Amino acid sequence: MKKLFVLLLVAIVTLGLVACESPTTGTPSKSGGLITVGFAQCKADESDWRKANTNSVQQALSKENGFDLILADSNNDAAKQVSDVQGFIDQEVDYIIIAAVNVDGWDTVLKNAKDAGIPVILMDRTINASDELYECWLGSDFYGEGVKATEWMKKRFSGGTPANIVHLQGQLGASAQVGRTEALEDAITANGWTLLAQQTGDWSTDTAKEIMSSWIQQFGSDITCVYAENDNMADGAIQALEEAGMKAGGDDGVAIISFDANRAYLQMTLEGKINCNVECNPLHGPKVAEIIKTMESGGKPSKTETVEESAFFYDTITQEIIDARQY
Amino acid sequence: MEKLKQEQNNSDCMGKQPGHNDEAGPSLKMIGIGKSFPGVRALNNVDFSLRCGEIHALMGENGAGKSTLIKVLTGVHPMDEGRVYLEGNPVLVRSPQDAQRYGISTVYQELNLCPNLTVAENLFLGREPLKRCLIDWKRMNDEAECLLKELNILAEPTAQLDSYSIAIQQMIAIARAVNTECKYLILDEPTSSLDADEVQRLFDLMRRLKKNKVGIIFITHFIEQVYEICDRITVLRNGELVGEYEIENLPRFELVKKMMGKEIEVLSDLSVHKDESSSESEVPVLEACNLSSGASKVAPFNLKIYKGEVVGFSGLLGSGRSELVRTIYGADKAVEGQQFIKGESVTIKRTLDAMKHGMAYLPEDRKAEGILSELSVRENIIIALQAKRGIFKRLSRKEMEKYADEYIKLLDIKTASKETPIKSLSGGNQQKVILARWLLTNPEFMILDEPTRGIDVGTKTEIQKLILKLAEEGKSVAFISSELDEMLRTCSRIVVMRDRQKVGELTDSDLNQETIMRTIAGGEQ
Amino acid sequence: MSDLKGNNKLSKSTFISFAKSLASNRLTFSVVVLLIVVVQNIITTPGFFKITIANGLISGYIPNILDEASELVIVTLGMTLVTAASGGQDISAGAIMAVAASFCGLMLNGSEYRTDVFHSPYLLALLVGLLGGALCGAFNGFLVSKLRMPPMLTSLILFTAGRSIAKQITHGQTIYIMNPVYKWLGVQIPGVPIRTTIIVSTVTVIFITLLTRLTSLGLYIQSVGINDASSRLVGLKSSVIKFLTFVLYGVLAGLAGLVGSSSVGSVNSGELGLGIEMDAILAVALGGNNLGGGKFSIAGSIIGAYTIQAITTTLYAMNVRADQLNVFKALIIIVIIVASSDVFKTKIKHFTQKIFSKNVSVGG
Ligand SMILES: Nc1ncnc2c1ncn2[C@@H]1O[C@H](COP(=O)(O)OP(=O)(O)OP(=O)(O)O)[C@@H](O)[C@H]1O
Ligand SMILES: [Mg+2]
Repeated sequence: MKKLFVLLLVAIVTLGLVACESPTTGTPSKSGGLITVGFAQCKADESDWRKANTNSVQQALSKENGFDLILADSNNDAAKQVSDVQGFIDQEVDYIIIAAVNVDGWDTVLKNAKDAGIPVILMDRTINASDELYECWLGSDFYGEGVKATEWMKKRFSGGTPANIVHLQGQLGASAQVGRTEALEDAITANGWTLLAQQTGDWSTDTAKEIMSSWIQQFGSDITCVYAENDNMADGAIQALEEAGMKAGGDDGVAIISFDANRAYLQMTLEGKINCNVECNPLHGPKVAEIIKTMESGGKPSKTETVEESAFFYDTITQEIIDARQY
Repeated sequence: MEKLKQEQNNSDCMGKQPGHNDEAGPSLKMIGIGKSFPGVRALNNVDFSLRCGEIHALMGENGAGKSTLIKVLTGVHPMDEGRVYLEGNPVLVRSPQDAQRYGISTVYQELNLCPNLTVAENLFLGREPLKRCLIDWKRMNDEAECLLKELNILAEPTAQLDSYSIAIQQMIAIARAVNTECKYLILDEPTSSLDADEVQRLFDLMRRLKKNKVGIIFITHFIEQVYEICDRITVLRNGELVGEYEIENLPRFELVKKMMGKEIEVLSDLSVHKDESSSESEVPVLEACNLSSGASKVAPFNLKIYKGEVVGFSGLLGSGRSELVRTIYGADKAVEGQQFIKGESVTIKRTLDAMKHGMAYLPEDRKAEGILSELSVRENIIIALQAKRGIFKRLSRKEMEKYADEYIKLLDIKTASKETPIKSLSGGNQQKVILARWLLTNPEFMILDEPTRGIDVGTKTEIQKLILKLAEEGKSVAFISSELDEMLRTCSRIVVMRDRQKVGELTDSDLNQETIMRTIAGGEQ
Repeated sequence: MSDLKGNNKLSKSTFISFAKSLASNRLTFSVVVLLIVVVQNIITTPGFFKITIANGLISGYIPNILDEASELVIVTLGMTLVTAASGGQDISAGAIMAVAASFCGLMLNGSEYRTDVFHSPYLLALLVGLLGGALCGAFNGFLVSKLRMPPMLTSLILFTAGRSIAKQITHGQTIYIMNPVYKWLGVQIPGVPIRTTIIVSTVTVIFITLLTRLTSLGLYIQSVGINDASSRLVGLKSSVIKFLTFVLYGVLAGLAGLVGSSSVGSVNSGELGLGIEMDAILAVALGGNNLGGGKFSIAGSIIGAYTIQAITTTLYAMNVRADQLNVFKALIIIVIIVASSDVFKTKIKHFTQKIFSKNVSVGG
């Protein structure tokens, strides 16, 4: 009796969770000259960024634009995602887009897709598989993002202020971390800047704050620049600085570099606390549409395609720019 | 080479048979053993020797150091001073596994079996039969079955250990010990929870092993058993060696005197004041009407217990005598029937209700249900009173210490201090602490299930006197003991149980060994 | 001098017994580890003990450690009690932190993701947050005490589902609470030079200590944890006591969640208190507590928690490279765990015994 009750309870909890996030699988119609595209999203509502990403693809691949989009949300379940993709193959869709949950485990299903003659476009996340198994990868150019930031730093530190940088890295091994770190390290060698310390903050505000507090103890006012590889960590660093009575951002404070440019942090850029915020553009939709159109007309996209990304600076950003963005 | 060595070892004991026979001199010898624990000198310069093929009793009061001597010998505790010789060679036993390798098999006083494993798993733990690196379950269960049958133990190899009574668990522990090839067998109070039949079965086994030249150390507080089976006796008192004696040269009263260091009162002096036989008109302190329990399957029973009365509960092990009193106390849930306390109907849902109505219950299984092993003697004494008072009315440290001191003195509990964890007390002294715990709650109705288990002869009398004194003060006592004469000495009425049913109540002239045994056995003569 | 000589033998034996009792004391081990960490810092970290006042706050490495350990300390308190009473560990602390902070954030921000004004009274929001934590704890406690499910398994439910629940509460967003009052709990109350986190964790430690010492709760918890059957027979309601510890655990985790989110001024349900339960279990073990339940030492657990934070801070201060950081942490933890294991202790005991017996035989 009791056991039954427990089972019931667990079932209810799980059901409740699943029900909130059940995938919206469309009908596998291939009619009316529409191009059918299967989109295996890792987790549609994981973050504002991911939401914007999903929306963008949905809008760009709408019926009006000549597409029939089937969205499968795997809710960060790698196994489910693979079976979703297999489902697309069985439904004989024309194209498959994957934002992978896991880097591994893709060989079999991608081979199946290739045998069925369905081109696969990887979006945003990279995977461990032979590049013959997919048509192209579309995403952000993380190194390029880093270069945008270091360009700004070059200007900032040209006037005699020494560039003493502390560097908050993302989770080690993530492609965003690798690209952004590489860009900074290249710039440091090229410009003769000083790297005071480097540590991973695991993308987290809290950890970043903790590490920054330790650095403040160690280097004090020697620090002239914080290079944080995402908004959350920049936030943590700014708080640590402010609590220690140091000025973050602005013309004369510690220069703060951030990435991703989420809305809340663009607001902070407008307030001047973040000097330079390089966006990580989630709006992959138009580019995806463009790639598919190219292939429809017999063209071949290049293996790596990147989306346009811009940088925002504290002295040029306006409220209008922020309001115009969707994430 | 290896083999040769082993044979040599074996021949040390067996080989001398033709010439010297049993008198071959000691095969196990401990010399000048000393052991201290923080605050106590448990053993001081103790010598001990054991021959091949003898049964040697180790005797002494509670806390005399018997178990400690065993634990030092088997490497549970490192010894501070002294040497151990096996067959003339000095050895260093570092751990019970080490002891096992030297051929020493031990059943410790506090059973250390795994209650949630099966009987067979317990029997073969650590030396499971293997088949290609995996446990050969079938063989293990088969061998267990054989072993159990051989020793006449009524247990299923595949059943979980804790589904059996402590008596059977005790027999399983013994089976486990004799199952290994052993040259020395140590039994620390193995008979304390066995009934007469089982004791006889154990003795048969011991005699068989003795014939095979196994040396056996036997610890018990039952003097009769010592004279029935042992060859020699070593007596300890307060950690010191009193002496080693041939059994013929030491009459019983001498033995007791040696153990206690003083003359003991003659037990027969005790007797029940049965003059004020409770009249029917009086309101009983406790009345049970058609009470029965679910889980332990005790058939509905009626029972009345009056003020100032000591009621015994008798019956074979598993007859339901413990379960019956547990039902009264609310430790087993009653499924039907009613209870009245001083004429008022009460519902007892949990034990705290029973305590609030003035009951106390000393459980049979000290280790599993009695002691809170890591807590101090003080905390173990006050815990029931504290539970009764509730979480917010905490006893002050001073009060706790006062109570602890008072009862340590009253019951003569041997402990280094009142802050010593109870698990480091000797078995008998642990039992006294639990008794103190319940006396402290000042109960009107006390249920004592085997209160004298593991208690030495001297203290046994003290406890019997205490029970009678309680009754004199107007308290009522329900008393269970495997020793009939103990009950006869204290009880004014004895309830007899058979097959989970109450089959009779004996009073006055029926209170004798014969009638009770007859009623227990089946009544129809 | 002569006095010394005369007492030589005595003082040696008293020293040995003192050393023995010290070695068996549960607290000793965690204190030693903490001391090692501190000494290590004296050598490698210049200015480790320097304390300055910056921006009206006492700051320095040590205040930093005290500040950053506070969430862990609070959770560890709960973990200690749960472990003692149930003989198991609850691994849902991080998730409960997220849930509690999300409730609080929702109350304060309404549906806005970033705002300067509170939508409901601050204290009320904090209370609702704590209540959320208590609810989570009660859920775990019910399953453990009434249905006898193992704590680890039970808390796995909230461990996996808790953050999703928190996300539902905050509509999947990170909530930024810009009103400076929100940071009172996690940073500083204007005019007070000590970080509030340090005050809150200290007060909580004192409160829990008093709760277990002045009432019989501590005794009851230990009894139930040591032997459930014995405890029931002496009239303790073991299920109620276990349930209570889980509720306390929930409230404490909730408090840690509020402190944590306040110190960064936002509620990020995916990130708050991530992995804190594992550190808390480690702290409890480091403190010499038996993970199988029974006797507990709050002081030991707390020292354990500060030790863990001190190790992290030390590694940061030593500028250990990011890719080696976790390797170092793991190594240190392995060494500590091995050193505190029973097997290792008995090995040491035998070793010292050998040395002593050699001495004796040489002397004699
Ligand atoms: N682990 C321990 N720590 C501290 N003291 C101990 C420990 N074990 C035994 N003692 C003490 O050593 C003394 C001897 O205890 P031991 O268990 O040997 O007695 P015993 O003769 O077996 O008594 P009993 O008949 O009650 O079993 C007691 O005073 C006991 O308190
Ligand atoms: Mg003993």
